[in-house]
Amino acid sequence: MSNGQSERREMPRTEMTGAEMVVQALKDNGVKHVFGYPGGAVLPIYDEIFQQDEVEHILVRHEQGAGHAAEGYARSTGKAGVMLVTSGPGATNAVTPLQDALMDSIPLVCLTGQVPTSLIGSDAFQECDTVGITRPCTKHNWLVKDVNELAATIHEAFHVATTGRPGPVVVDIPKDVQFARGFYVSPQIAPRTSYQPKVQGDLDKIKAAVELMASAKKPIIYSGGGVINSGAEASHLLRELVDLTGFPITSTLMGLGAYPASGKNWMGMLGMHGTYEANMAMHDCDVMICIGARFDDRITGRLTAFSPNSKKIHIDIDPSSINKNVHTEVPIIGDVGRVLEDMVRLWRATAKADKKVLYPWWEQIAKWRARDSLAYKMNNDVIMPQYAIQRLYELTKGMDTYITTEVGQHQMWAAQHYHFEKPNRWMTSGGLGTMGYGLPAALGVQIAHPDALVIDIAGDASVQMTMQEMSAAVQHDAPIKIFILNNQYMGMVRQWQQLLHGNRLSHSYTEAMPDFVKLAEAYGGHGIRCEKPDELDDAIKEMIAVKKPVLFDCRVATLANCFPMIPSGKAHNEMLLPDEATDEAVANAIDAKGRELV
Amino acid sequence: MNAQHLQPTGSAYFIAKETERPENHTLSVLVDNEPGVLARVIGLFSGRGYNIESLTVSETEHEKHLSRITIVTRGTPHVLEQIKHQLERIVPVHRVVDLTVRSHEFGQERPLERELALVKVAGTGEARVEALRLADAFRASVIDANTEHFIFEITGKGSKLDQFIAIMKPLGLVEICRTGVAAMNRGPQGM
Repeated sequence: MSNGQSERREMPRTEMTGAEMVVQALKDNGVKHVFGYPGGAVLPIYDEIFQQDEVEHILVRHEQGAGHAAEGYARSTGKAGVMLVTSGPGATNAVTPLQDALMDSIPLVCLTGQVPTSLIGSDAFQECDTVGITRPCTKHNWLVKDVNELAATIHEAFHVATTGRPGPVVVDIPKDVQFARGFYVSPQIAPRTSYQPKVQGDLDKIKAAVELMASAKKPIIYSGGGVINSGAEASHLLRELVDLTGFPITSTLMGLGAYPASGKNWMGMLGMHGTYEANMAMHDCDVMICIGARFDDRITGRLTAFSPNSKKIHIDIDPSSINKNVHTEVPIIGDVGRVLEDMVRLWRATAKADKKVLYPWWEQIAKWRARDSLAYKMNNDVIMPQYAIQRLYELTKGMDTYITTEVGQHQMWAAQHYHFEKPNRWMTSGGLGTMGYGLPAALGVQIAHPDALVIDIAGDASVQMTMQEMSAAVQHDAPIKIFILNNQYMGMVRQWQQLLHGNRLSHSYTEAMPDFVKLAEAYGGHGIRCEKPDELDDAIKEMIAVKKPVLFDCRVATLANCFPMIPSGKAHNEMLLPDEATDEAVANAIDAKGRELV
Repeated sequence: MNAQHLQPTGSAYFIAKETERPENHTLSVLVDNEPGVLARVIGLFSGRGYNIESLTVSETEHEKHLSRITIVTRGTPHVLEQIKHQLERIVPVHRVVDLTVRSHEFGQERPLERELALVKVAGTGEARVEALRLADAFRASVIDANTEHFIFEITGKGSKLDQFIAIMKPLGLVEICRTGVAAMNRGPQGM
């Protein structure tokens, strides 16, 4: 986990204004890009930004866009993303990305302007209780009332955001503090005493884990976003561990790319829309090694039926993740990278890797895999959404590609049919499920990687939530490709209405769909529409070739459902598979108890 | 102040009935004394649906800017473990000690717990004399009085305070102010 403090220059105590300190602190924390939107309470900081060019400011069209762009930036680089917004509405608009970053453990530093300290509490213009509002949706937040504490607070904010389990932080800076003069201090090396996350795993526990793993006949590795957060070395070690042990591996939505999809032990994503083989193996395994994941409800299905016969090893940097949802026999608290390092070393030293023991298990997995749970019926007249993603993958896989998504069916299809070889290539809103995440996130990724191919796999409903950032992409020459699987519906809402509510499609159909091609042109981007499967490849190639932001209106089958699926309240071995999902099966898939669940 | 439901986490997937029994535990939380720290702790309890039975806060180490928060909470052992870990995630929290668990480790039933109450009783004649006599039996001290009222100060376990207040009710009880629980473990060790 880099904390971005690459240059720890020892600076004498320099007198400057609060606004100067903000910019200086950003530079000293290695920040190159800030996503933001100006307003009355941050004008002094914007004035400082204007007078330098070390830190580049990316002007968005809505503060939510700034937040998701910073998240995409952070997720694709491993560095903290930074956003700068004004008081009041600026801060409240930042709440969604803050909560999004909290749930997906993304390091995000949000600087907010605040009304002058003399006006705080007076219901002043554009005043809100920013630290109060953002307290539950940040890892930590600060209101800085003394200019002499400003620099140290910003340094600490970067430290808290990027170390331990990463997360969002807010530093709220009243306008008078931005004008006031005080002494700047350079980043302190000593963190505050109360915040010292444990990164090194307990060696006895790791030994116990290795012993348990060595005795396993039906093991499974279930990895998550924590591996990616831990840094490139953790992904490397994960691959090494899989090679050494010969264990099958599955991953959460957030963890895709940590282990390559082309790896021979890869079983695909698990969970509600995971593969049959991954979920069945989770259910039947005897030893489960959970690495940097948190047994989220999308993963476990019905908890009482979750992997009933396995002993569980859980590696997590956050002690509160241990035993939260699922009881763990061997909990290991520490940074995934550090723990894996010890684990790989101990495995090499002690474990006799007899991979033959695993043959029956692999045979069983092969049978499940043969079920081909991601299959769908090809159609020559209408583009199937899965086909669209498959073609997109085939035509872009050799390139330097980054994928973001919105939230819904398209997101799950992307996770199922786009295959990732490297970490930090897949940006999606997992925990919060924020529609509108993908377009601004793509902007952030493109700013961090100007020469890469950045594609937002989008849905027609989600993309309209943050469509305005097309304008930002055009302004900043960010040639993001918005690949919209346009089925005219809020597809996942419609699917759930079919599953739960007698197919009464209450307000899930978008009657007045904009013309995305004209919309792209109106923004100064490039629009493409594709309606036929045989025209798809050429259209995708055109999208890749255009050096402008693109809205790609890919007209897909309107009523396709996303399968396989673990219906709410069901167990891993009660999946609804595509070839069994008749209308009747779909209508009766969820019982009364499951209906209450989300 | 208390969340009435006892859901172990926010997950909707907890349809299984909790088989563990809820217990009362007393937690000591050492925090940086900075603005908003109490709101963070209380917000955690309300946001995650945990119970607060009693809450006591005061700065205990002025030079280090440390405050000690004593929380009596109710939950199953599984929930209590979560509460402890969730509290430890809060950045200005230094330490969390489950005093009840600690006292069990020492072979004791529970930690030392004390509350203080101010009890105002108004009356004349026989009731007034009776109130004073009972206060003496409870070792409550008179800290304010005129010919028509007393204010008693009483410290002790919650149950003792409950009993004293119940007895004062028919004798002209006017108002009560109680602190939350202050607690620490017996023996020479610190928290």
